Amino acid sequence: MAEEECELSDEQKKEIAKWFLYNAPSGEIQYIAKDLRSVLNDDKLYDEATSEAFPLYNKSHLICLELPCRSGDVLITPYNELEENQFIEPRTAQIVTIDHVKQACTEVRPAADEELASPYVEEFRCALDAEILKYVEEAYPKGVCSVYCVDGKDAEGPGCNFEFAVVIAAARNSPKNFCNGSWRSVWNIKFKEDALEIKGKLQVDAHYFEEGNVQLDAEQECQDGTIFQLHLAKCLTSPKILLQAPDDCAISIANIIRHHEAEYLKSLETSYSNLSDKTFKDLRRKLPVTRTLFPWHNTLQFSLTRDIQKELGIGK
Amino acid sequence: MEAALGLMRRIPPKHSVTALSALVSLLPNHSSDLLSQVDQPLQVLCDSESGKEFILCEYNRDADSYRSPWSNKYHPPLGDALLPSDELRKLEVEANEVFAIYRDQYYEGGISSVYLWEDNNEGFVACFLIKKDGARTAHGRRGYLQEGLWEAIHVIEVGPEDETTRYCLTSTVMLSLTTDKESSGTFNLSGSIRRQMTMDLPLADGHLCNMGKMIEEMEGKLRNSLDQVYFGKTKEMVCTLRPPSEVVMRLPNS
Repeated sequence: MAEEECELSDEQKKEIAKWFLYNAPSGEIQYIAKDLRSVLNDDKLYDEATSEAFPLYNKSHLICLELPCRSGDVLITPYNELEENQFIEPRTAQIVTIDHVKQACTEVRPAADEELASPYVEEFRCALDAEILKYVEEAYPKGVCSVYCVDGKDAEGPGCNFEFAVVIAAARNSPKNFCNGSWRSVWNIKFKEDALEIKGKLQVDAHYFEEGNVQLDAEQECQDGTIFQLHLAKCLTSPKILLQAPDDCAISIANIIRHHEAEYLKSLETSYSNLSDKTFKDLRRKLPVTRTLFPWHNTLQFSLTRDIQKELGIGK
Repeated sequence: MEAALGLMRRIPPKHSVTALSALVSLLPNHSSDLLSQVDQPLQVLCDSESGKEFILCEYNRDADSYRSPWSNKYHPPLGDALLPSDELRKLEVEANEVFAIYRDQYYEGGISSVYLWEDNNEGFVACFLIKKDGARTAHGRRGYLQEGLWEAIHVIEVGPEDETTRYCLTSTVMLSLTTDKESSGTFNLSGSIRRQMTMDLPLADGHLCNMGKMIEEMEGKLRNSLDQVYFGKTKEMVCTLRPPSEVVMRLPNS
């Protein structure tokens, strides 16, 4: 980084500010922004940095904003972005305009037909949305989800390929308890003529900051031709048949997602218990092998111990 | 400055090195405050004379050189540099030897260093540092971790000698644990915790004994805290976001 004597250029300062904003833990970007404003001491630069960094942060953290009139929520993701600041909410067929820096909705309007998926695709999307919603309500106390068509939205019938993104986000912000966390999962589902390709990315993070700063950051990607094949084998059906029935498809996909996410949670729990049992002990024992506290007042004992250790070649 | 420290408390610990250098370049006038108040991962140099390693920190630095507690020499060599008084140096030598044994008993490996220097109030300040890399344990097993680092920094301000002497301890432990199993993706748990303790103790057993006992007690408390905080609160958060399926099924329609 620049030496202390050289003054940073405005561009460099802005990049640093953006870096801080983008790396804010879940639910904390507003706090970081406030501190950053103080440190930068330059409102024009601050405004430029926030207007560039907030959209990236919001989309990457899959933030959830309340629609006006409490008619529901909209997720801000890269998958439902129409234009900068405009996002589609397919469940209620609305287009929402938002202010990224304020993290709030400014305008809502119904979606036009061209903006929505074709009836053929929409049938699949809707069925999947319903199944995912059921799953999320059951598995996540505070989860939000949505299904977006990210490719092929105008497909007219079987034989055309299209692609969905299933987004699940759950956030728990308790600044009073000094603890924030979020779960983000994104599943890409590619519908082809006789196959379904499913890819998932799960991210969990947690931040605890009472008298310290402790953060968990975990991520997993699952790629799968096999998930689906295994699933088909269990259901004793062929891909082509399954792919013609939106409801059956939806149920299958939701089950696959449910299974994977539950497995991931289990593996996180295993990681935790392994770390606690084994690793921590490898770092620092609770007590020395002698099972007594260290005898600080008896330094003569050490010289003796040390000499003996040297003699016998133990220790180092 | 408050705002800068606020930022450091929120930025993910794995980015703390980048964050600190970014802040120092944004606030050059506060650079010495920032460097002394924000703890960074500990770096190590090898003392050319003794072949032993020593830990680098603000307290053994002068310009761009660092003083080794083993040879009392600066690396790279520095003319006219700050050195502790002869009396303090004697205590420092003893402290390093004893602390190395303490370290071995609890950590079964790792590196430690102790630095002493006079302060303006007729007392002195002592800094005890430990760095343990757990991915290579004493037994040579690769272990479960891809990366496991424990770093402890204990700074004690020792007041002027009197009937009792006042010792103010500020301890920071920084921990970083990473597993990288193909099947479970990446999992990184890192962070730091800081606590303080002040005691007034008689000099009957000597400074080293008083300081050592405080550090031992503090490390024990921090270790337990870390266990509860690291493996407690963050895990709790994950399970709150998405309760394990056994739990969900047992609950009635809620």
